Amino acid sequence: MKHRLRFAVGKLFRMALLLLGVSILTFALMTASPLDPLQTNVGQVALGSMSQEQVAKLEAYWGVGTPPVERYLGWLGDVLHGDFGTSLLYRQPVLEVVGQRLAGSLWLLLFAWIISGILGLVLGVTAGATRGRLPDRLIRGYCLLISSTPTFWLALLLLLIFSVWLGVLPIGLSVPIGADAASITLADRLQHAILPALTLSITGVANIALHTREKMVDVLNSDYALFARARGESELRIVLRHGLRNVALPAITLQFASISEIIGGSVVVEQVFTYPGLGQAAVTAGLGSDMPLLLGITVITAAIVFGGNLVADLLYGVVDPKIRRGAARE
Amino acid sequence: MKVTNRRRSTLWLIVFAVAVLAAVTVAGILLNGQAMESDFARKNLMPCLEYPFGTDWMGRDMLARTLAGLSLSIRIGLLTAAVSACIALVMGIVSAAMGRWADSVVCFCIDLVMGIPHILLVMLISIACGKGFLGVVTGVALSHWTSLARVIRGEVMQLRQAPYILAAQKLGVRRWDIVRRHMLVHLMPQFLTGLILLFPHAILHEASVTFLGFGLSSEQPAIGVILSESMRYLTTGKWWLALFPGISLVIVVLLFALLGERIRLLLDPASAQE
Repeated sequence: MKHRLRFAVGKLFRMALLLLGVSILTFALMTASPLDPLQTNVGQVALGSMSQEQVAKLEAYWGVGTPPVERYLGWLGDVLHGDFGTSLLYRQPVLEVVGQRLAGSLWLLLFAWIISGILGLVLGVTAGATRGRLPDRLIRGYCLLISSTPTFWLALLLLLIFSVWLGVLPIGLSVPIGADAASITLADRLQHAILPALTLSITGVANIALHTREKMVDVLNSDYALFARARGESELRIVLRHGLRNVALPAITLQFASISEIIGGSVVVEQVFTYPGLGQAAVTAGLGSDMPLLLGITVITAAIVFGGNLVADLLYGVVDPKIRRGAARE
Repeated sequence: MKVTNRRRSTLWLIVFAVAVLAAVTVAGILLNGQAMESDFARKNLMPCLEYPFGTDWMGRDMLARTLAGLSLSIRIGLLTAAVSACIALVMGIVSAAMGRWADSVVCFCIDLVMGIPHILLVMLISIACGKGFLGVVTGVALSHWTSLARVIRGEVMQLRQAPYILAAQKLGVRRWDIVRRHMLVHLMPQFLTGLILLFPHAILHEASVTFLGFGLSSEQPAIGVILSESMRYLTTGKWWLALFPGISLVIVVLLFALLGERIRLLLDPASAQE
């Protein structure tokens, strides 16, 4: 138990170090940008008509002119006190903006994550168990097709079919246009979340299914599977008793590694469906050079991804006794 | 049933895929002028015999625009995948062959890059480079090397224990010579398949980032630009603006993916004889 604790603490320390790295990298990239925040947000014409003092005030607001290292250290100090700064575009604290946006995205992400995980596992195991035959070919073909399809185009296609042609689902946003907050029901929210969640799930399945299939094929070609067959166990029993247990580890890895992909996908999907979530905020912040917001979103996203990896690492030990001892020895 | 030889069928597939991709690339370059040509006498035409992909609201021929866009995408994909694969090769070898310290630095870099979702990272790098062509190429090239680097690192780790490498070390061959003369040759299959399998990702991410507005500027006939413009006209029923360019992109990416998959199966000793 003590070893497990030390393992977890070591991982947490590494995670903190990685987050620091992410924040430095993001900050450096945004500072290196030749794009002038004043030009993008205020505009050439408006700038020309302003007095010197006004321009100077705006420059101070957007942080032009302060040396980068000083700015970064100031930001880092504030973050350690729990203050991520104020979004320049939304004029609200970054944490508030991220909180609101994340609440909108969370259901979307969670739904897509769970569905793609379960469906990917089922499809992968099925394909592996029937390797070379029709179900396997169909599933593999589907996965190849989906992984070659850009997410945003799939989103456009679904939008075209369900919203424009059939007219059964709304075009975008997370609530009906013009409705006041009190009259919005859960059904409304669900209806608006169906298409984005569906798009994310469809694309998430391919990767998980393909990798699970590879692993399943390996298991079924192994000596112990051969021995089980010789003992007269049915193929179904072999898959359920030997296959699933051995596929569990890579499945956990894939499932938690897919968090990053799903968040990345949500950036694009939310843009197509104009769904007010975290991804859309990231695009807005990026296009408008809103440094504090983009920095906050990147760091928080990375924290979620690293947290997922940490959970996966800890789950290995729960699932596999060999790793439990191995990790203790580390 | 006739027994098909997988090696032969793969060879044909490679010839076919390379021919199609080369044709699209060349056609796109040749049609670049035509893709920009606008003619308001023929705007918003449905797909017909003369314009198989229809025309847009400025009367531009969508077939020409799509081909030009695909051509641009393929060229960007080739460039970025090549750069990315080379970074992966160097990182992987440095990590596995240059001692513990180098290894932990490279692993930290890999974890760092993998921790930020790809799209977000490409966006950030693109912003740092001032968007445009340079931004996209740098962004995609600098963000896709991680998984291949891991594969190569693992491979080199195994190779280090191989008898012939150990023998070379005992014979006093310098480290750099071992890497160059004994390891690189061995890594080539992994490297090549990794390189080809990078294309689909590179092309898709380039299109996505351009679609979001962080990539190629709207004057360039890029697939991402075409599709993001088509979004504005979707609700008015101009479905062909989004449908055909998208399908063409999927086909191109699919060809690359199939190519990589087949070559991987052939080069991998475990499955080469199946």
